[in-house]
Amino acid sequence: MLSIFLTITCGIAMGYFARNIPATRYTEKIIGILIALLLFSLGLSVGTNEQVIANFRLIGRDAFVIAAAATLGSVLCAAWVYRKFFRKKDKKS
Amino acid sequence: MRDSLLYLFVFALGIVLALVGWVPELFIPNDMAKGILYLLLFFVGIQIGSSKHLFSAVKSLGFKIVLVPVATTIGTFAAVVSASFILPHRSLTDCLCVGSGFAYYSLSSILISEYRGAELGTVALLANIIREFFVLVFAPWMVKYFGKLAPICAGGATTMDTTLPIISKYSGTDYVIVALFHGMIIDFSVPLWVSFFLSL
Repeated sequence: MLSIFLTITCGIAMGYFARNIPATRYTEKIIGILIALLLFSLGLSVGTNEQVIANFRLIGRDAFVIAAAATLGSVLCAAWVYRKFFRKKDKKS
Repeated sequence: MRDSLLYLFVFALGIVLALVGWVPELFIPNDMAKGILYLLLFFVGIQIGSSKHLFSAVKSLGFKIVLVPVATTIGTFAAVVSASFILPHRSLTDCLCVGSGFAYYSLSSILISEYRGAELGTVALLANIIREFFVLVFAPWMVKYFGKLAPICAGGATTMDTTLPIISKYSGTDYVIVALFHGMIIDFSVPLWVSFFLSL
């Protein structure tokens, strides 16, 4: 947990000081490549894990339930904040 | 959307190769995945730090812009806690780990599979891809019934990149800056929340 936090914080500090260096344009590309590599290796470990393959339907169902709940919950909270703090401004303009 | 499809393809390719029994030896050592993971976190930090939108957004909208990521977080966690009751075979912290991906499926699934195994990692990957998909498909409907912030909160960490065009289309260009600010804050919070729930 701490090492994760420190790694990101170092990155943010570096990014902030380097924000005017043109090379920072490439961060998005680099992130994309790293993610692809890691997802490929996640795929490999899923494929070699018989338990995951056998339970794939169950995994899909659980994922759907959590995704639907998370989306609905945040949409409801968004509606409350919008009515309370943002709508007035929109009506005026 | 193109990126999501590419990632899904790479993930599926990994599964198929493993099922056929062709696993590249390069990918077997676990230490390497962890090393790449930290490299990824570092670059995510650089991306957040070098972005120029963060401070201008706070200046133009003031304090209430902070309420948007707060609403996303509270709404997501409250709903995921309720959902964990209908998923009795999953622990509350496992559900919260998956939920705190906030549609940032790549980072959350990688972190979770590293510490909790490929099974929960796959749940996180699918759940957070589905969340992004919901926003891309239902954004107009969300704006109509729940207001212009709805697709932003639903989009979680993706509102600074993949779902930004759709938000700007349906919530209006006035909300682009809100979406960028929101995406950046949530983006930053994903690895922190995930590792927090992993440590419980």
